[in-house]
Amino acid sequence: MIKDITIGQYFPGDTFIHRLDPRIKIIIIALFIVTLFFINNFYPYILVLGFILTAVHLSKVPLKFILKGIKPLMFIILITFFINIFMTKGEVLFYIGPLVVTKEGLRQAVFMAMRLVFLITGTSLLTLTTSPIALTDGIEKLLSPFKKVGLPAHELAMMMTIALRFIPTLLEETDKIMKAQMARGADFESGNILRRAKNLVPLLVPLFVNAFRRADELATAMEARCYRGGDSRTRLNELVLRRVDIATLGAMIVFFGIIISTRYI
Amino acid sequence: MIIEIKNLNFTYNPNTPFQAKALKDINLSIDEGEFIGLIGHTGSGKSTLVQHLNGLIRPTSGEVVIDGANITDKDVKLSSIRQKVGLVFQYPEYQLFEETVYKDIAFGPSNLGIGKEEVDKRVREAMDLVGLDFESLKDRSPFELSGGQKRRVAIAGVIAMKPKVLVLDEPTAGLDPHGRDEILGEIYNLFRKEKITIILVSHSMEDIAKLVDRILVMHDGRIVMDGKTRDIFKRADELESIGLGIPQITKFMRELKSRGHDVREDILTVAEAKEELLSYLRRREDD
Repeated sequence: MIKDITIGQYFPGDTFIHRLDPRIKIIIIALFIVTLFFINNFYPYILVLGFILTAVHLSKVPLKFILKGIKPLMFIILITFFINIFMTKGEVLFYIGPLVVTKEGLRQAVFMAMRLVFLITGTSLLTLTTSPIALTDGIEKLLSPFKKVGLPAHELAMMMTIALRFIPTLLEETDKIMKAQMARGADFESGNILRRAKNLVPLLVPLFVNAFRRADELATAMEARCYRGGDSRTRLNELVLRRVDIATLGAMIVFFGIIISTRYI
Repeated sequence: MIIEIKNLNFTYNPNTPFQAKALKDINLSIDEGEFIGLIGHTGSGKSTLVQHLNGLIRPTSGEVVIDGANITDKDVKLSSIRQKVGLVFQYPEYQLFEETVYKDIAFGPSNLGIGKEEVDKRVREAMDLVGLDFESLKDRSPFELSGGQKRRVAIAGVIAMKPKVLVLDEPTAGLDPHGRDEILGEIYNLFRKEKITIILVSHSMEDIAKLVDRILVMHDGRIVMDGKTRDIFKRADELESIGLGIPQITKFMRELKSRGHDVREDILTVAEAKEELLSYLRRREDD
């Protein structure tokens, strides 16, 4: 159940997409997100879909795996879908009780739902093909120009590394505590919302206690090894831009430029 | 027969690159009142196997029958299985969550839907069985107890559910030698007094040798040995080939024998070794 969450998970591999420089991947995904919001009709979606499917194919991540990542966010997608379908004014198609479904609403709902699905699949492709360490290295490098205005780039990246590193640990721990409490007859799957919330106490209390304990231990361990962040820190793997990285970025800029330009044609 | 497992297979994360076969063709039957040691290396499948025993994990294929009920049957209530098979996880003290020791131990039995008085009775009994003083500890917060006491509270929380089978996964991990001996002693008492079936999971031969009647050895997802404790330790070479040792004292006696002294090899405790050595010396003098 809890293992279904694929956001932030890394899917190991050695493909073209995996080898791309993380900085380039982050920029591409940022461009991708911006592009998505520029799109105002359905036709460019064909190109977007083509882009995602190509990337998925190249990355060798099973499509099923990526679609599984949508599942936990289905709720948000459905809410967006229904709000749009009922709240948009226009040419009336039919009525469901007091609710009105319009042609524009239907179009808008499908459009927004697709945008969300593309957003999720695109961004999860980034985390699926980039190891957490490479990802935060990339973010740190991209943010480092802002150090001049006082942005603690290294510290931010370190926090993110730690946060990402603890996702699987905490998921595993959640699973373990859930099982342990289920073995004592706890029930996490039935009852109304209030009851369910109350039933979560045996899960959440130990989870928080353990998370704080781990944080404390980690801080001590870092201190013991004289961690002090900052400028003079060297790294094991320096990021190096290759020609293929730059070429890919160039190609993607052109590609997204074309998609954006469809808005103005 | 209280537990019967037939052709059990289990795979983690099937159809992903993380796919891992954790259990392969497990066949096992356990009678009521047995005291069993389950030994194997980290990653040999011990924990996965015991989680099948109360339906926390469902088999990929095969059958797990607990007290006549197959856990994969749709109409079997998992809650009743979980009451029959009590499972104490590794480092159980990390699951404590209530404000007081009393409430934490009462959590399990209360979930069974039994009356308040009965719950109270069981909490008292369980605390007594694990050597916790009821009056002085019941209102303390479990978080302010020592490591060993926390663990006892957690174990009491499972015992209070009155399971027919008690499974303990590495109950002594991370305890000092004194705490380890105490916990093991209490588990043994529980076995003697309450006559429940106990499965003790461990990677320490020393712990297990003294207590259990029967040993299951797991390696790479399979049960590779299953037999009486003494018989298992006679197969020391096989055990060592899969990276498991035998108790030091057993090793010592085997070494003596190999140097031409006619002593028994199936010795499990220091006390036994003493008896055997004395009688050996006497025998030699007589000759």
